[in-house]
Amino acid sequence: MVEGKTKKEKMPRQPMPEQEAEIRRRNFKEVPFGYTRELALKEASRCLQCKNPSCVEGCPVSVDIPGFIKLITEGEFTKSIRKIWERNALPAVCGRVCPQEAQCEGNCILGKKDDPVAIGNLERFVADLEREKGTGELPPKAAPTGKKVAVVGSGPSGLTVAGDLILKGHDVTVFEAFHKPGGVLVYGIPEFRLPKEIVYSEVNFLERLGVKVECNNVVGRTVSLDELFEQGYDAIYLGVGAGLPRFLNIPGENLIGIYSANEYLTRSNLMKAYLFPEYDTPIVKGKNVAIFGAGNVAMDSARTAMRLGADKVRIIYRRSKEEMPARAAEIHHAEQEGIEFYLLTAPTRFLGDDKGRVTGMECIKMELGEPDDSGRRRPVPLEGSKFQLECDLAVIAVGAGANPLLTRSTDGLKLNKSGYIITDPATGKTSKKGVWAGGDIVTGSATVILAMGAGRMASDSIHNYLTLGW
Amino acid sequence: MFEILKRQEMADGTVVMNEISAPLIAKKAQPGQFVILKANETGERIPLTMADTDPKKGTITIIYQVVGKSTNLFKSLQVGDHFQDVIGPLGKPTHLEKLGTVICVGGGTGVAVLHPITRGLKQIGNRVIAIIGARTKDLLILEDKMKVASNELHVCTDDGSYGHHGFVTDKLKEVLEKEDVKLVVGIGPVPMMKFVCKVTEEYGVKTLVSLNAIMVDGTGMCGCCRVSIGGKTQFACVDGPEFDGHQVDFNELMQRLDAYKTEEAIAMDKYSCECKAAG
Ligand SMILES: Cc1cc2nc3c(=O)[nH]c(=O)nc-3n(C[C@H](O)[C@H](O)[C@H](O)COP(=O)(O)OP(=O)(O)OC[C@H]3O[C@@H](n4cnc5c(N)ncnc54)[C@H](O)[C@@H]3O)c2cc1C
Ligand SMILES: Cc1cc2nc3c(=O)[nH]c(=O)nc-3n(C[C@H](O)[C@H](O)[C@H](O)COP(=O)(O)OP(=O)(O)OC[C@H]3O[C@@H](n4cnc5c(N)ncnc54)[C@H](O)[C@@H]3O)c2cc1C
Ligand code: SF4
Ligand code: SF4
Ligand code: FES
Repeated sequence: MVEGKTKKEKMPRQPMPEQEAEIRRRNFKEVPFGYTRELALKEASRCLQCKNPSCVEGCPVSVDIPGFIKLITEGEFTKSIRKIWERNALPAVCGRVCPQEAQCEGNCILGKKDDPVAIGNLERFVADLEREKGTGELPPKAAPTGKKVAVVGSGPSGLTVAGDLILKGHDVTVFEAFHKPGGVLVYGIPEFRLPKEIVYSEVNFLERLGVKVECNNVVGRTVSLDELFEQGYDAIYLGVGAGLPRFLNIPGENLIGIYSANEYLTRSNLMKAYLFPEYDTPIVKGKNVAIFGAGNVAMDSARTAMRLGADKVRIIYRRSKEEMPARAAEIHHAEQEGIEFYLLTAPTRFLGDDKGRVTGMECIKMELGEPDDSGRRRPVPLEGSKFQLECDLAVIAVGAGANPLLTRSTDGLKLNKSGYIITDPATGKTSKKGVWAGGDIVTGSATVILAMGAGRMASDSIHNYLTLGW
Repeated sequence: MFEILKRQEMADGTVVMNEISAPLIAKKAQPGQFVILKANETGERIPLTMADTDPKKGTITIIYQVVGKSTNLFKSLQVGDHFQDVIGPLGKPTHLEKLGTVICVGGGTGVAVLHPITRGLKQIGNRVIAIIGARTKDLLILEDKMKVASNELHVCTDDGSYGHHGFVTDKLKEVLEKEDVKLVVGIGPVPMMKFVCKVTEEYGVKTLVSLNAIMVDGTGMCGCCRVSIGGKTQFACVDGPEFDGHQVDFNELMQRLDAYKTEEAIAMDKYSCECKAAG
């Protein structure tokens, strides 16, 4: 393909075809349809194949981006997905949920003057193609080593470790507290953003490789880490996620109709309450909804509420638009779907009726002061600016903490003062012999790809420990 | 996996006992702990206390009141059928301590939850006076087992059809008047626990209750089960389910238990229709 550089630059970024906002705001089907082969080829042809690709530096797991994109332009889709797999075991997931604008695409050279290459969309394209039409051929596995590994938690971090170590010949069992594997990918991120089918197909792939997945096992309760060692496990990886809801700690928070985002999303996604009464788990369907926070979790909650039939959904956030931590695509999608933003606003108390149901809240306006520890300008309340808003459903999405269930029931595991597990940053080793940890339970709530990166690092270290003894 | 090995209907079919194969849970469970069960793919996660366990056989026993859609669905399961998911043991075990004379008060299906605690308290050397009650004689459960588990058993029925005529709280007062009681454990419907706590507060006797807040995960990740204890929010599934009854905001708990009244009625109606259609 000998094409002039100028011509390449002229090809605009190929938009992703997606459901119309008016229609999709009332259904749970995935929003973007994915690239067609034609669109993918066009978009791939935009990549300049940089010698020193800055995009790769932006990717936390260093996917060979020009490499896999070149294979797309050559029509070598199977080779292309193989190339991605070298670094990233869950491309169909990452293509959909990575904050690309802050990572790979944010670093793409084209982005300096023009729109960056749609790396995420292309990654998704080849991964979907492989899942739907691929040969299903399994990668080669090393000879059995006779070593047993327990992976606790089946989120992206745990699944990465399981996939890496099974290929290296170890015997791997994943223990999951919930009745379904996948972690946040299944209980948190909604169907319209990440179809559960994709996650199950990834888990199924691991099972075909020989990974055993044991659901309904709350490690720390059903079995302890020391008991796992007694049962003959040689190493344990903890990828249990953050999993502790944070509340606002303001009066009235226990009124009916006030949920943590964890509960709201778990009911809707994992328990399929959006299909009630076909599924048995109920959920409060608000007409007038308030969501607190402005990260991905808040956007997911807001868009879920809209799909469950709300007339009005407001995102209430105490800082300004620039500080919103959600992926740009999610904010954009939320706006298109009619979600309203109440910025520089914080709730001070909830109001309820005599049945204990929430009816509204009192808020106060904020202004931005000096930057705080996170480097973001600190919101300060504006005197005398209190006002009331009505709502019949409120979802609190202001972050998560470290769930102490496992860590507190385990001896010898060093935690920091917020309860997260302390690990060696180069290996993922914890203070307890034979135990590694990674993902949100180490870093606090982060991203799918960082949780996977931590898993990759730990699996390398576990492999060394099992084969070389260090 | 979670096969039903034994099944028995009690209290005129309003209460059902299942013995379920769950070896991992049976090995670890202690009095006061519960499991979460899900019958099938579309089912909801329902918390039930383990009324008994047999670590050798690898079984747990649940005893539940048939109230709405899910417990009716559970009731329809026969010996040889399976629960799709059983998760546990969850919650803090009862803190069993030798104190002297203790009273265990149970109402309705609460007696099933109370039974292993009563037995445990007696085993470590307490003198246990048990008071159990039901609306009427036919609804009374586990009388024989409670007799064995305690040193002294009093039975009450609201309508006087059996035992003492009156509420368990009347009997409780009577015993508190006579005895030097170190601890009361009260388990049953929320209004009953509330009144038990009212009585024991007058006598200044520490009282444990077991709170049946609505739950989803049972591992402290969702906050669905939040209860107010001494003005502070706690999660019943991991901080409880047992709490100091004198600190509990029972009114809030009662309201929160009604959160899904409308949906529960819809689910039950749909289930009844389907059952009829299926003959
Ligand atoms: C609603 C929502 C939206 C998000 N959107 C994005 C996004 O768009 N892009 C992005 O990059 N990131 C997003 N994130 C963040 C991302 O999902 C997490 O950072 C990532 O999932 C962390 O992975 P993990 O493997 O560490 O843990 P998790 O995914 O949290 O998985 C942990 C698993 O361990 C299980 N577990 C916990 N305790 C035990 C125990 N004791 N025994 C057995 N199993 C246990 C849990 O049930 C869970 O299944 C989002 C998060 C949420 C909640
Ligand atoms: C820790 C704990 C231990 C329990 N132990 C027992 C027991 O040993 N025996 C027994 O008979 N009952 C027990 N319960 C109560 C039992 O969980 C409910 O009766 C059951 O969930 C009712 O479900 P349903 O669909 O049949 O009824 P529904 O019609 O759906 O509900 C009836 C009532 O049950 C409560 N309920 C509904 N869903 C849930 C849920 N997911 N979690 C908790 N409560 C809910 C609500 O207050 C509701 O008003 C326990 C509850 C908890 C939290
Ligand atoms: S894994 Fe994420 S950051 Fe890396 S290339 Fe793919 S989409 Fe970009
Ligand atoms: S920086 Fe952009 S143009 Fe260059 S290789 Fe990466 S994706 Fe292609
Ligand atoms: S049931 Fe979810 S935190 Fe208790």
